[in-house]
Amino acid sequence: MTSETANPVTRAPLPPDDATAERRSPLRALLRWESALVVVLVATLIFGSATSDHFLQVTNVFYIGLNMGEIAIMALPLMLIIMTAEIDLSVASMLGLSGAVLGALFGAGWSVWAAMGVSLLVGLAGGALNGLLVTRLGLPSIAVTIGTLALFRGLAEIVLAPRTVTGFPTSLTTIGAVPISGTEIAWSTLIFLVLAVVAGVILHATPLGRAIVATGLQPEAAQFSGIRVNRLKFWLFVVSGLLCSFAGILFTLKNASVSYDAGTGLELNVVAIVLFGGVSIFGGKGSVIGVVLSVVVVGCLQQVLTQLNVAPEIQNIVIGGLLLISVIIPNGREALRRIRARARRN
Amino acid sequence: MTSVTAPRFARTGSLLRVRELGIGVAIVVVFAVTTLTNHDFADANSVQQLLTGAALIALLGVGETMVVVTRNVDLSVGSVVGFSAYLVGDLFAHHPGTPVILGFVVGIAIGAAIGAINGIVTTVSRVPSLVVTLAMLYIIRGIDGMVVNGHTIDPDKIPTALTAVGYRTVIGIPWLAIIVAIVVAIAGYAMRAFRASRDLYAIGSNPDAAMLAGIPTGRRVFTAFTLSGALAGLAGVLFLALHAQIDVTGGTGYELTVISAVVVGGVAIFGGSGTVLGAALGAVLLNTINQALVAARISAFWDEAIAGALLLATIAFDRWLGLRVARRLRTAEGAHRDV
Amino acid sequence: MTTQPLLVLERATKSFGPVRALVDAEITLIPGEAHALVGENGAGKSTLVKILAGVHQPDSGRLLIDGEPTVFTGPAAAREAGVSIIYQEPTLFPDLTVAENIYIGRQPLRPGRRIDRSAMNTAAAELFARLGVRLDPDRQARGLSVADQQIVEIAKALSLNARVLVMDEPTAALTTVEVRQLFEVMRTLRAHGAAVLFISHRLEEVFASCQRVTIMRDGQFVRSAPIDEVTVDEIIRSMVGRELSTLFPKTPTEPGEVVLEVDGLGRDNVLRDIGFTVRKGEIVALAGLVGAGRSEVARAIFGIDRRTSGTVRLNGHDLPNGRPLAAMAAGIALVPEDRRQQGLVMELGIDRNLTLASLGRLRRFGLIRRRAERSLTREWAQRLQVKFGRITNAVATLSGGNQQKVVLGKWLARDPALLIIDEPTRGIDVGTKSEVHRILDGLVGNGMAVLMISSELPEVLGMADRVLVMHEGRITAEFDRADATEDAIMRAATGQAAEAAA
Repeated sequence: MTSETANPVTRAPLPPDDATAERRSPLRALLRWESALVVVLVATLIFGSATSDHFLQVTNVFYIGLNMGEIAIMALPLMLIIMTAEIDLSVASMLGLSGAVLGALFGAGWSVWAAMGVSLLVGLAGGALNGLLVTRLGLPSIAVTIGTLALFRGLAEIVLAPRTVTGFPTSLTTIGAVPISGTEIAWSTLIFLVLAVVAGVILHATPLGRAIVATGLQPEAAQFSGIRVNRLKFWLFVVSGLLCSFAGILFTLKNASVSYDAGTGLELNVVAIVLFGGVSIFGGKGSVIGVVLSVVVVGCLQQVLTQLNVAPEIQNIVIGGLLLISVIIPNGREALRRIRARARRN
Repeated sequence: MTSVTAPRFARTGSLLRVRELGIGVAIVVVFAVTTLTNHDFADANSVQQLLTGAALIALLGVGETMVVVTRNVDLSVGSVVGFSAYLVGDLFAHHPGTPVILGFVVGIAIGAAIGAINGIVTTVSRVPSLVVTLAMLYIIRGIDGMVVNGHTIDPDKIPTALTAVGYRTVIGIPWLAIIVAIVVAIAGYAMRAFRASRDLYAIGSNPDAAMLAGIPTGRRVFTAFTLSGALAGLAGVLFLALHAQIDVTGGTGYELTVISAVVVGGVAIFGGSGTVLGAALGAVLLNTINQALVAARISAFWDEAIAGALLLATIAFDRWLGLRVARRLRTAEGAHRDV
Repeated sequence: MTTQPLLVLERATKSFGPVRALVDAEITLIPGEAHALVGENGAGKSTLVKILAGVHQPDSGRLLIDGEPTVFTGPAAAREAGVSIIYQEPTLFPDLTVAENIYIGRQPLRPGRRIDRSAMNTAAAELFARLGVRLDPDRQARGLSVADQQIVEIAKALSLNARVLVMDEPTAALTTVEVRQLFEVMRTLRAHGAAVLFISHRLEEVFASCQRVTIMRDGQFVRSAPIDEVTVDEIIRSMVGRELSTLFPKTPTEPGEVVLEVDGLGRDNVLRDIGFTVRKGEIVALAGLVGAGRSEVARAIFGIDRRTSGTVRLNGHDLPNGRPLAAMAAGIALVPEDRRQQGLVMELGIDRNLTLASLGRLRRFGLIRRRAERSLTREWAQRLQVKFGRITNAVATLSGGNQQKVVLGKWLARDPALLIIDEPTRGIDVGTKSEVHRILDGLVGNGMAVLMISSELPEVLGMADRVLVMHEGRITAEFDRADATEDAIMRAATGQAAEAAA
């Protein structure tokens, strides 16, 4: 441990608060991440067209949109929640619950519109429950939403199971089956794009967006700047509940039938897409463009793999791998430096 | 320098015991109430079923507790159960005559390896374990799917010596429950008795102080993940013993049940406190409620909703208790200063 | 000096990014001697402590233990070498028992490498007996008072048989009796040949307990001398580096009508019956020891914490409870104590931080007007002479002084009627310090009301028109600028003059 040199310099890892100083210019880092996504996208497209003649057809835009629509819609509010350094794991259960409510009421003879209205109200209520438990009681959102994940799915089971409801009006189910007339764009794609624009404007150009970023980076400083941190989080959870129940309605109409276990496990896909889009799990960093790109990349990748008859299990590996890569890379440089510092010391 | 006297909650030991006692009482109450409405609930067969049903989750809860006390989480356990179960089943199917004990070794080794990967990635890259193990859940499920490739390993391929573990009993207690109880007892003792295991609590209780105290945080967290993986691997072999067959769906969704059991069992989700015994009792409570619903002929559909509600109620209650203690302390300290 | 020094740190430097925390630090610790390290906030004392603790490694310079050049690779290595640290903020594990906190990683063992709990508890009880305190070794550390937590830290250091004990402002939260006990412990340790490094802001404590003093300023060693060869005045002059009078530019003002009126303010048992006013064009200082409840007053007025009793009135209008936004709308600005956690979002740019409290005013059709934002940030960066590379750079890259200017700018941009400023110059270099003081002076000159919380008595005496002193959640004394002396304020702050001042 002793050293002969007169100047035993050992470069220590910088303490956390100073490390931030070094990795400044978040904008540039962000751009790099997004350009990386574009590169991955181009690679996927080239790979896809090289392996299958059918890949570069416009109809694929429709299919990809159809596959990704609900997940993409749920990713937007989840992204905002993760930006505030919280998480909502109950999204897919809310999708299931909303569908189950819709199905049960419709099956009981309600008008489909009224049933949809109730579904959306259920979404509001579920989101409010998450929000209240997180902000009023100060509970960790991961524990709360694991709880509501089970709760919502359980309620869906109670409301609907063991039935499967079908027979929705074809005027509505065609929303899922055919593209917007004259285009190859699925309805859910259009809705997602509109919502993405709204989310982008909110996050990047309004005081609310600044509040979200500040809350995620340093909640205390945000509070001391007059940002109502808890209120903000509460409403984000409510919006999440609402949009997830909306996604549940779309999901139901797309499949023209509903069972209680619709979308089971999808929460992981949604989280993966948000993080792959460059949103930091620690909050405060991310862009809507990144999430949109992430949706497109994952959608294309899935389509390529499906056309290659690759089993869905392998697609799981791909998603898991993407998720790991997307969180490890931003931390990689720092980790390397730490390891080197340790090696030098020993 | 008179010390603050707060005998009511002074001793950690008794505080934890109170929690475990509480769960114990809850189990008894649920059990008693259900028996009143359905006398069959208390017969030996039903109780055996109850214990076997809880055993795997309790076992996974042991490993999960070790990880959660360090302020981490392991979401990959369910996928490890399925993967280990299938590989071990495959081993028996392709190499008839393989000693059962080797099956256990292989299962545990597979789990430990996956746990070690979780641990390395988490500690080296400093990526939150939630994300790492979530990704691992996907990847293992994917690999599992490739390996399984639509097959099912049937009961006739599995040595009877192994399946016996799933249904045989000793003085009325299922083997499975005995094995898990032994693991819980050993782990519960170890978590109290060794320096390294106390380090786990210290890391979760105050990570910065752990660093200042010179605790090798990375190494300890790595060990916790490896052990959690190893126990999940063991649970995989026991899964095979219990169900005597395995396909790609084995262990699906276990991760959330395990976390529910652990949290209900009094392990703080943000680390620092909780016991292995509590987690195991949490698993038994969840399963008792589960079976009680069946016995009371309430639709089994209530099952999941109740588990979720129970989880929420538990963390809310814990939080309320914590706030009350904090508030009382603040008042007490003010009074103390007044002197 | 015949005895060989136990520990020597020579020509140590340490930078964090652009911030140079240590320029040329030096300290020599001799067995059996208590050595005081004094300096203003930001002089680099804490960085020096962290180097001795093995938490930071110096960029250059060398460390000798028993004359041997040594590198601490981490906290464990420092502990191995016999260096034991008591931090300003206790670093306990709330979920473990008191005895476990003392012995973590070194618990006494039984055969089979199992922890011997009863031996551990007995040993801890013995330590407490040596310290003359009653504390249950088997209770959880959660809920211990700060003083008791400090005792646990001391017991830990004792149990390590530390040869070098470093105490970073251990007395900040202790009462007089507790401090006396602590000195007793120091004496015992010295008698056993240990060296003690004692860091404190209270010079009387330094004189009462130490044999030698080292003074630091701006990360630099200034001088070191036996305690009986220096006077308080000399120390202060070396710490500050210039005469007091030149440091504080306060110009006399004529206070106008009342802006802030606080009446009967209380919060649980933390604050009790706080009442005072602040008028236009005056600086009212809240003085007192750390933990006396000064920042809590600021938080309760601004609405970060909910008050449980009392009223807060601004320009004659009652403020609603617990709503910072309403306080801001009414014209209150709060520059908080902890710049890095509360004042700024460290990873955001200078521009984003400057406008964070003014976004509502920059909005048109719900969107932020970029051009208005740019001109606002330019204006305030210029007016306060913030020194920066690019305005979009993260504030984390700025020096402490420039960071403080950004926080000030963020709030002055709202043109507040009342500015509450908590520790205005903590961790700021001397040059920027007087700049901040000049800014404050200019503000009250233009009729702003300022409530200033400060732990630095020279600052309080130099800047305030009136001084309120707090002790244990109450205001115990009030002085006019003319009557305020260091001695009188310290008395009131330690509760000795509570009756006399009422």
